[in-house]
Amino acid sequence: MTAHSREEIIDFLYDEVRMLDEGRYNDWLALWLADGHYWMPLDYKQTDPLLVTSLLYEDIFMLKLRVERLNGARTFSQKPKSRCHHVLQRPFVDVIDNDRGFYQTNVSMHYIETRHDDQFLLALTATHELKSVDGRLKIANKRVDLLNSDAAFGNIQLLP
Amino acid sequence: MSHTFTTAESVTRLVNSHQVHRDVYTSEAVYRLEMQQLFCNAWVYVGHDSQTPAKGDYYTTQVGDQPVIQVRHSDGEIKVLYNRCPHKGTKIAIDREGNTGKFFRCPYHAWSFKTDGCLLAIPLKKGYVGTGLDKTENVKGIKAVGAVMNYRGFIFARLAETGISFEDYFGESLSSIDNMVDRSPEGRLEAIGPPLRYMHQCNWKMLVENQTDTCHPMVAHESSAGTAIKLWQELGSPEPKPPAMQIIAPFMSPYEFFEDMGIRTWPNGHGHTGVYHSIHSDYSAIAGYFEAMVASYGDERARQILDENRHNTVYFPNIMIKGPIQQLRNFIPLGPDKTLVESYIFRLVGAPDELLARTAMYNRMVNAPTSIVGHDDLEMYERAQEGLLSNGLDWVNIQRLHSDDEDYTQEAVENGTTERQMRNQFNAWLKFNTCSLPSGGVA
Repeated sequence: MTAHSREEIIDFLYDEVRMLDEGRYNDWLALWLADGHYWMPLDYKQTDPLLVTSLLYEDIFMLKLRVERLNGARTFSQKPKSRCHHVLQRPFVDVIDNDRGFYQTNVSMHYIETRHDDQFLLALTATHELKSVDGRLKIANKRVDLLNSDAAFGNIQLLP
Repeated sequence: MSHTFTTAESVTRLVNSHQVHRDVYTSEAVYRLEMQQLFCNAWVYVGHDSQTPAKGDYYTTQVGDQPVIQVRHSDGEIKVLYNRCPHKGTKIAIDREGNTGKFFRCPYHAWSFKTDGCLLAIPLKKGYVGTGLDKTENVKGIKAVGAVMNYRGFIFARLAETGISFEDYFGESLSSIDNMVDRSPEGRLEAIGPPLRYMHQCNWKMLVENQTDTCHPMVAHESSAGTAIKLWQELGSPEPKPPAMQIIAPFMSPYEFFEDMGIRTWPNGHGHTGVYHSIHSDYSAIAGYFEAMVASYGDERARQILDENRHNTVYFPNIMIKGPIQQLRNFIPLGPDKTLVESYIFRLVGAPDELLARTAMYNRMVNAPTSIVGHDDLEMYERAQEGLLSNGLDWVNIQRLHSDDEDYTQEAVENGTTERQMRNQFNAWLKFNTCSLPSGGVA
């Protein structure tokens, strides 16, 4: 099993948000394992993704659909397109288990999304479960907790 | 137009049989009229019984623009009180839900009240001796709304002290609530978790109208539903289909599908899509559920309950329920151009968890602020809200399949692409906005 350093893991997190900020979604999708889920809970400290409403709990099909849709000719809510920007705090690498090829991180960030004259900011904490596959880090699961997940939002169209 | 509506005629001018004046969506004066008349005279949804299961449990919400508390009183009944201390006006409860024990206590001056609103105690009461406080409205306690009905767990309130009865207001439309509740093998629903809260910069009526607008899904939602089908085909049409295909893809059904599904309207603005079938008809069966239904109801009755596939039922003025997936959406008006949409899900008590999982999935896939379906709906509403500011044209058209002899006092079933339900809503809108206004004269 390949050993991944703390620095490599942290670089991975920065690379991921750079892909999102630059709209390189196919590169971003390639980071995921096929059975991964992107979870954004609705409730503070929510423990169950399935039997309570979440903001997002998306499998790879949904994530691909989300990305495909952004490029569609009749994607009306993306005329004009949104743009986003992530500002990361120094990540915690909570688990480095090179024997199992399993890693867990916790990183807080500010997410900014803009379209037309509107811009909003979300404060959030992302928790990643990463796995080493053929020597490369992959996202097994990602959980994004919005600081104000219980607030009423307008459209959040890109991925925090 | 006038800045206040003092007569029925001044309101009636805004609605014709086949079109409505744009002011109904954009005018501050119309919004105030709705809050003072329509939302007082109509029966408006408050919350679900299961949100306040124990004595002293409360939940705060709005009826129109009125802050209210739904609370379980010591006798076990649900009370709906204005969320205002009769002393200085301080909101009695600020959190969205909680338990207040045997009484409410205002955090400002400690006036305390029983959970039916009656005044319990005022500190240093001798200061009021001889002041005439006992002759004021304030001393009576927290004011309750005009009337409350708990219909199979769904709590509705009429703010007005007098007016139409619950039974007359809803009539046969209650069959949709009945069907949703009957889908529980125990005949009971339980509200689960917090609702999605989605802010819309548009008029509340646009959202209500959209619930029975069957000519928009294949257009506005092509980017999500059409792309889902394309992506699935590109992947080699894998089976079992991904959940997104089950939930989102049916929005791409052709016009004929929606024409044939049928729309039923009931008096007082209520109605539903999906009389014969709906986009919810083909959901995959869930192991053990039918068996549990048969054990409770017997084979024939169980089939009868599950063969209903009503799509969206609008309870005028401002909620929609989906019986087959146990969802309720509350369109809370916050201003002429601002609406908070809260989307709740329910557990069918006694049914397998997989049904609740599907309900939660539907809620997040379609009705979340992060939903790729919701994004395009909101885009349409907000474009309309902005477009209606144009002076180019005053009237909004709701004429599809209109005929001059439509009688909204009668239940009717029609082609599923009719806009009759929108006309039915505006008929009720006029009725409950004007029933307490004097007739005659010029506004």
